[in-house]
Amino acid sequence: MTVDIDSERARDSAPAVVAARGGVRRRPRRRWGDRLLFAWTWLIIIWLALPIAVMIMFSFNNPHGRFNFTWVGFTLKWYGPHLLDYPSLTTAMENSLLVAFAATVGSVVLGTLVGLALGKYRFRGLGTANLVQFAAISAPDIVLASSLLAFFVTLRVPLGLPTIIVAHIMFCLSFVAVTVRARVLTLDRSLEEAARDLGAGPWATFRLVTLPLIFPGVLAGALLAFAISIDDFVVTSFVSGSTQTFPLWIWSATRNGLPPQVDVLGTLIFVAGLIIAATSALLGRRGTR
Amino acid sequence: MKRWRAAAVPYLLILPGGLWLVIFFAIPVIVLISLSTQQGNIVDGFSQTFHFANYASAWDNYHDQFIRSLLYGAIATILCIVLGYPVAYWIAFRGGARKSTYLFLLLLPFFVSFVLRTVSWQYFLSDNGILLSPLKSAGILPENFRILATGTAVVGGLTYNYLPFMVLPIYVALERIDPRLVEAAQDLYATRAAAFRRVVLPLSLPGLFAGVLLTFVPVAADYVNAAILGGTGNTMIGNIIQDEFLTVQDYPTGAALSFMLMAILLIGMFSYARVLGTDEVLEVAAR
Amino acid sequence: MTARYSRRAALQLGGLSAAALTAAACGVQGAAKQQSTAQAESAADKFWKAQKPTGTVTFANWALYIDPDHQTLKDFTAKTGIKVTYDEVIQDDSSFFAKIHPQLASGQSTGYDMMVITDGLEFSELVALGEVIPLDQSMLTNFHQNAGSAYQHRSFDPGNVYSVPWASGSTGIAWNPKYIKTPPTSINDLWNPAYAGHVGMMSDPQEIANFGLFKIGVDPENSTQKEWQAAAAALKQQRGAGIVRQYYDQSYINALSKGDVWITMAWSGDIFQQNLSAGTDLQFIVPKEGGTIWTDNMMIPKYAANPVAAMQLIDWYYQPRMAATLTEAINYITPVPAVQDIIKSDAASAKGSDKATLEAVATSPLVWLSAADYARLKNYVPITSKNQSTFYGIFQPVVAG
Repeated sequence: MTVDIDSERARDSAPAVVAARGGVRRRPRRRWGDRLLFAWTWLIIIWLALPIAVMIMFSFNNPHGRFNFTWVGFTLKWYGPHLLDYPSLTTAMENSLLVAFAATVGSVVLGTLVGLALGKYRFRGLGTANLVQFAAISAPDIVLASSLLAFFVTLRVPLGLPTIIVAHIMFCLSFVAVTVRARVLTLDRSLEEAARDLGAGPWATFRLVTLPLIFPGVLAGALLAFAISIDDFVVTSFVSGSTQTFPLWIWSATRNGLPPQVDVLGTLIFVAGLIIAATSALLGRRGTR
Repeated sequence: MKRWRAAAVPYLLILPGGLWLVIFFAIPVIVLISLSTQQGNIVDGFSQTFHFANYASAWDNYHDQFIRSLLYGAIATILCIVLGYPVAYWIAFRGGARKSTYLFLLLLPFFVSFVLRTVSWQYFLSDNGILLSPLKSAGILPENFRILATGTAVVGGLTYNYLPFMVLPIYVALERIDPRLVEAAQDLYATRAAAFRRVVLPLSLPGLFAGVLLTFVPVAADYVNAAILGGTGNTMIGNIIQDEFLTVQDYPTGAALSFMLMAILLIGMFSYARVLGTDEVLEVAAR
Repeated sequence: MTARYSRRAALQLGGLSAAALTAAACGVQGAAKQQSTAQAESAADKFWKAQKPTGTVTFANWALYIDPDHQTLKDFTAKTGIKVTYDEVIQDDSSFFAKIHPQLASGQSTGYDMMVITDGLEFSELVALGEVIPLDQSMLTNFHQNAGSAYQHRSFDPGNVYSVPWASGSTGIAWNPKYIKTPPTSINDLWNPAYAGHVGMMSDPQEIANFGLFKIGVDPENSTQKEWQAAAAALKQQRGAGIVRQYYDQSYINALSKGDVWITMAWSGDIFQQNLSAGTDLQFIVPKEGGTIWTDNMMIPKYAANPVAAMQLIDWYYQPRMAATLTEAINYITPVPAVQDIIKSDAASAKGSDKATLEAVATSPLVWLSAADYARLKNYVPITSKNQSTFYGIFQPVVAG
């Protein structure tokens, strides 16, 4: 069930109905309970954002040596060419992006098909399939990670980018499948039946009717897969061999002192995510109007 | 003929993804279980001897960490409920047109890598860092006071990192509640508190349970928070497993521990699924 | 249709798993062991004859173990035209070994052409598994010319077949004078309850075993299993009393600089370089009961892509000038005796704070050990494949638990 504007509008109009009936004001009175909840919510939001603020602040810091933990002075230099001072960090970032991209493509293709099947059809084994998806989503990372390592080592598979991508596709797949399934469940069957009545074959129906309808779900799944993949640490650290991705680089760098470049990259990723989310929210609002 | 083909469609759709999961999820787990009864060392290799004593010795050595992990998991989950339920409630019922904005603000920090976020906490809570240094200089706190390397820091970090996993399911469940039900209760002379207790709370329970599941399992299995924020007395079973696989390379012990962890959590997970169904969890994951 | 799972679905899954389980009785294979010496030598000759020079080399090393501006590497590139990629990826031997061993065992290159490994368990395992390439002795001209005789005839790698030393150092106690007013002198200072929660210990079982043995007054080089257990008990008591904050790999230097830790087990040169680069005022001593001495060695892992370039880089550091620059920066024991005079003359011609630093290095008791120092410093507990699992079984739970 997705949050669409229509149900929100319906909800918002409920007090209006009450207003028409009982003369209660449209805006609920701000009781102290409400104020408390409001303050609490904002407190939590600020608490959650606190380390981000620390990170952004330290990306402008100008430390001596490699230890960046006391404020020394303001500088913009890390945002310039100095960002590339650590070639291994740049490589790690590239690896992260490459893996995320490959994992997103792979998991979207496989996951959309699975999501379609789970949402549209009834068949024997649907229960088992749902169970497996549930297990894959809820299984703790460390169990996935250790079993994959045991698997690869037993088979003497070399560890590196290919094993990372394979692992990422594995756990992103279920998330995409579930997202698409949720979207498929809301589909109006009659649209497909109408297409078929008009003479479209199954493939044409899929391409011209189903796919565009489930596209928002597929897109949401793709974004989810990308976000999960780029942030993954536990599974990646087990199956990566000597290859480094961004979270792995940060982890090993905490041993020797986190340079400001890490904070800068974190800030840049954060701002990029902000822009993407804001844009998609704006587009979404405009689209349904 | 056509009917046969039509019936085959769902299986064909599931096949590629399902095969991938079988090869890279199911089979590795089976290899893990098989590894847990083997003996040997990384240099000479391991061989299957059905040495179930691995489990006994793993439990003997590390039952403290197991219990500690479940304990931290429980405390963090409860904290998440206490901290997160009011937020979910406020956004669902009083968020109005800005619901999505609030959710967005809540989830915003999670765009940044969670390792980086946890490391930022480590810097912030450092013994002589931004938070503690002024307090110590002002004499409010004793010189050797510390937050890091304690269980409090670890549980705090776990609560911080997994809060959205609790807030989102509760929010989804609360949002579905028709506000007219609450108003009907109030029309029947219920106080706000009673309306909450007898109408809202019971209806939100499925979301609450989904949140508990999605929070407790990863928290109990986490090791990053303990490694970055914890000290010697705060190691969790995840740290031990990671150590066994990546440093000591005692694969059988690591596999035994992994399997025990999975079994404990799995029993909880599946009893939950049996009682309440997988719908809620799958739905939240879809968000 | 609800997504509740049925008993049948669970049974189906269970049945499939059981079937697969019996089929999955395969184990993890060990790696093949090394051939005899004669065969190995001729194999090495053949190997090196087939190699060609290349234009890049990747060097995996520990942190704080090279001159900070990498001038020695830049000079190497200027002289030979070989580009050096320097990666500080090693924090302790066991985790580095755990990373490269599965790769080498499955025939995959680690991506490194040269690495620095301590003379302990991992060193002997790498050699026994044949996962390192024997050095090309014909390219070690600077080494044979300039290395001290003690380093040309070492017991754990006779003939320097697989390695030559990078630097030698000692493990002792480092502390921060800001928080500790009475300078520590004894190993018992690490067990001092007044410092509870601010003491760091190392996570490497070999390092921590030595300190546990020093605490109970035993020489690690001649210790018995009973003594190991007593040492482990002392270490567990230290942890149980809440004295130890964390068991660190090289990241102890991070915690010490931040002030999270006031006193810790440490490696001699790290403190020196940390003070130099970050302006801290940390101190280091070797406890009177004893300290550990170890040697870090340059080795070439199997499947290295640029072994010839690696050999050139290895021999590069045996030029007295390069060794001197290195020692001046890292303050560790150098295998090249001529370095001391070079540093003295550098100090004579330097000015200001540089002069003071260089003079300190030229006379540092940590870099130029006396006979008395050598007597106090002990090697790691000698571990063979026979007692390895016993040793680890005793000391790993101290760190991991």
